[in-house]
Amino acid sequence: MNRARRFLLGCTGAAALMALALSGAAQAQESSDPIKLTLHDWTGQLITTHIMGEVLKKAGYNIEYVQADYLAQFAGLETGDLSVAMEMWETTGRDAMDAATATGKVENIGPTGMKAKEEWWYPEYMKEKCPGLPNWEALKDEKCAEAFSTAETAPKGRYLGGPVTWGGFDDERVEALELPFEVVHAGTDAALFAELESAYQRKAPIMLWIYAPHWAPAKYKGEWVEFPEYTKECYTDPAWGSNPDALYDCGKPFGEIWKVGWVGVKDKWPGAYAAIKAFTVDNDEMGQMITKVDLEGKSVDDVVAEWMTQNEPRWSEWIKK
Amino acid sequence: MTQGRSIIGWLLILAAFVLLWRYGEPVAKWALDYPKTWTIPAAKWISNLLKWLLNDATFGLFTFTQLTRFIAAVVEVPYQAALSLLSTGFLSGRGSSAIQLAPPLSWIAVIAIVGMIGHYAGGARLAIFAAGCFVFLAIFGQWNSAMVTLASILVAAPIGVVGGLLLGLAAYRWPRFDAALRPLLDLMQTIPVFAYLVPILFLFGFGPTAAIVATVIYAMPPMTRITVLALRAVPSEVRDLGRMIGCTRRQMTWRVMVPSARDSLMVGVNQVIMLSLNMVIIASMIGAGGLGFDVLAALRRLDIGAGVVAGLAIVALAVALDRLSQAMALKMGEFHGHAGKTGFVGRYPYLTAALVLVAVTTAIGLLIPAFQTYPKSWTVSSGTAFGQAVEWINVNYFDTLEAIKNFFLLNILVPFKRFLGGLPWLGVVGLLAYSGWRLGGLSLAILVSVLAFLIAATGQWEKAMITVYLCGVSVLLATLIGIPVGIVSAERKQLWRVVQAIIDTLQTLPSFVYLMPAVMLFRVGDFTAMLAVVAYSIAPAIRYTALGLQKVDPRLIEAGRAMGCTNWQLLTKIKLKLALPDIMLGLNQTIMFALSMLVITALVGTRDLGQEVYIALTKADTGRGLVAGLAVAFIAIIADRLIAAGAQRTRTRLGLQ
Repeated sequence: MNRARRFLLGCTGAAALMALALSGAAQAQESSDPIKLTLHDWTGQLITTHIMGEVLKKAGYNIEYVQADYLAQFAGLETGDLSVAMEMWETTGRDAMDAATATGKVENIGPTGMKAKEEWWYPEYMKEKCPGLPNWEALKDEKCAEAFSTAETAPKGRYLGGPVTWGGFDDERVEALELPFEVVHAGTDAALFAELESAYQRKAPIMLWIYAPHWAPAKYKGEWVEFPEYTKECYTDPAWGSNPDALYDCGKPFGEIWKVGWVGVKDKWPGAYAAIKAFTVDNDEMGQMITKVDLEGKSVDDVVAEWMTQNEPRWSEWIKK
Repeated sequence: MTQGRSIIGWLLILAAFVLLWRYGEPVAKWALDYPKTWTIPAAKWISNLLKWLLNDATFGLFTFTQLTRFIAAVVEVPYQAALSLLSTGFLSGRGSSAIQLAPPLSWIAVIAIVGMIGHYAGGARLAIFAAGCFVFLAIFGQWNSAMVTLASILVAAPIGVVGGLLLGLAAYRWPRFDAALRPLLDLMQTIPVFAYLVPILFLFGFGPTAAIVATVIYAMPPMTRITVLALRAVPSEVRDLGRMIGCTRRQMTWRVMVPSARDSLMVGVNQVIMLSLNMVIIASMIGAGGLGFDVLAALRRLDIGAGVVAGLAIVALAVALDRLSQAMALKMGEFHGHAGKTGFVGRYPYLTAALVLVAVTTAIGLLIPAFQTYPKSWTVSSGTAFGQAVEWINVNYFDTLEAIKNFFLLNILVPFKRFLGGLPWLGVVGLLAYSGWRLGGLSLAILVSVLAFLIAATGQWEKAMITVYLCGVSVLLATLIGIPVGIVSAERKQLWRVVQAIIDTLQTLPSFVYLMPAVMLFRVGDFTAMLAVVAYSIAPAIRYTALGLQKVDPRLIEAGRAMGCTNWQLLTKIKLKLALPDIMLGLNQTIMFALSMLVITALVGTRDLGQEVYIALTKADTGRGLVAGLAVAFIAIIADRLIAAGAQRTRTRLGLQ
């Protein structure tokens, strides 16, 4: 037992020495424990996380990927069982993130550079039936709304909103803008896109909540409805906008996508913390990579490797001391 | 005479109920809608309690969290061993800098060992079947994920079986323990996992161990229930025999009672394995990875084919494990000596062969990688076939399906939902109390009315009614289809085998896999949710009905035939009556299963308690989630107790007991 332990210690010692020789003295004080990055169940997040992981590996850090639920992961981030979550969307994760940061055990490591666009969306073929689109005022026309209706909602149009948990104030928006629409909530985004796929196959009417970066806007031809542009006042001051008595008479805000992590990361792996903080990609870049994986059938690893070779100067900057 | 009085009693209470419902509004509005100001802030209490448990609770020497973390570390040991053996290989260090000391078992070795276990336990047929299931995993490129899942099941299922058996034995021996345990079992089975997921993650750490703990909590109760039932059903002659030949208490338990109850106990083992695999999806959300993760990720990108294949891989694992464990249990009951055989090889031919095989494949695997890991180029992909099939149905038959759906919605679902939604809470509580009193006396009346009142008092009446509506309709449909199917297939061996395969598939195929195509064909909404609940909860209705009928003593049937019963009379007068306890247990389980699907139906946009639990999870509000989860459990307990009391009365009246 004792001998085995000494052997193992020797091994890790040797490994540490090698790492030291490879990556310079700066990392010598940093922990060689694995930094645990969480993986969720959508492609964009897998890509973001793998890019971060590969970059950190290049800097000599020990990386472990852990599959975790988007929201349940906060339990792990608070205790330090998990280290970093690379994509926390302002639009869907704000409450959980606030609750976690309030404990003082989780911190927001800053924006990823990507912005979540979310809005009402319709397939291109619906434009024939409702020619005024994408201007939102076209939806006020009853004929146009009826084109979006189903048996349950007729004569009102049917708008398929995101899961209740995403918020988004669509019920309020419909009321404030006096749109003849009924809001139906999908339970998950998988259900959301299943309905879109189904309608698209049949060229059937559909109006739904779509967000980007995502593969759907690349796969299906269509447009976002153009509502009055979001401003802070629209959500806080009833007098703003077309309806003087109501909030939410505008479109949805662009939301940051944040990086969050266990508060101990900073002290345990200061260099890695700096690199994570420096990490940025933008929407177009991410959109292209998601398309490559989800629609062209490439593997996440290949796409990430490609990005790594193309962007070497960029990520070298992140891990520079 | 009592009959007449009870009818008058029912009429009176119903009249009072209708009066309250129709004319109560102006007099007592509070009796119709529970006033918000009266709400008990239970969510806050629970949140605070949990905070205390996580941060401050202590046993003096160590804190509560330290205890649970210790348990997690203990469970971690066999899990890591299984995972190393099957998937990752034995590693030194963690993360990306880990060094592999020894490779995992090669795929050939695993398949061959599974085949050998099959051969040992059930002969060539089982060997081919079990090995075939594993070959399927390799061919369809699911090997690695499947081995991760297998590792966690290999740890969770034995804990569930042994734990369930021990609890069941204790409950059988001490009736008071039984009484205390039963509500706990109901809670374990019916509080949606999402409700206690967050506390579990805090207590046991984020990762596979927490997933195993959650799996055991969910999968163990049927084993305990079946153990109690099976032990009670052991014929008194057997017990007397045991006593006569002077068994000690321990011998009595392990040599007499448990072996004689073996057939029923095996149903419990089956259920534990099936339910463990059912948790694979949720387990994958909290770090278990494996096949569940593949299913989720595939459906997020609407790759139905990949989702179905990963789902079927779960089924293949489940069926193989189940059949092997059943055969092993049968085999263990037989006497087998080593007469005339000497030496290690002679005594343990299978073990020797397995060891040799592992050594050989590992050695070859070092030289030829294809022996170690199944080559990617050999895998088959289902491609887009499944997706195209759904598209074809969607494009060609959507209108027909829409018509069917609308018929169900407009004629059954919506009216029933409106009816339940409009009922006054006080009236329902009163009605439940009266039913409880008629069926089971004062204590039952108090129990059901207090539970129902608590649902209203925590401000969840409306959502609870939607839950009752959705589960009620689904359970009704499931029993209407399930019991006849069980009756028809019970005595036809070939048919039973087919039916068994179907219900095993329904129970283990993650509902997510068929939920998304269902959304494509039926849109988001209650109808889709109902389909998913029925598909899942029909399994116990069929299984227990068939089991009950198969268990009927053939001598009684002989006797019935000798008395000139027709087949119909045999069925209705003898078999069904004798099988009633099992069918009732089946109904109980159908309700429990239906309620446990609420978590999943929340994912297609229902507005019931399941959704409430889900919302609470996303808001990291443990108290709110647990309160909603408890409300689900209360509904289950009310239904269970009333049905059990009703069945008891029926049995007494029929002179069965």
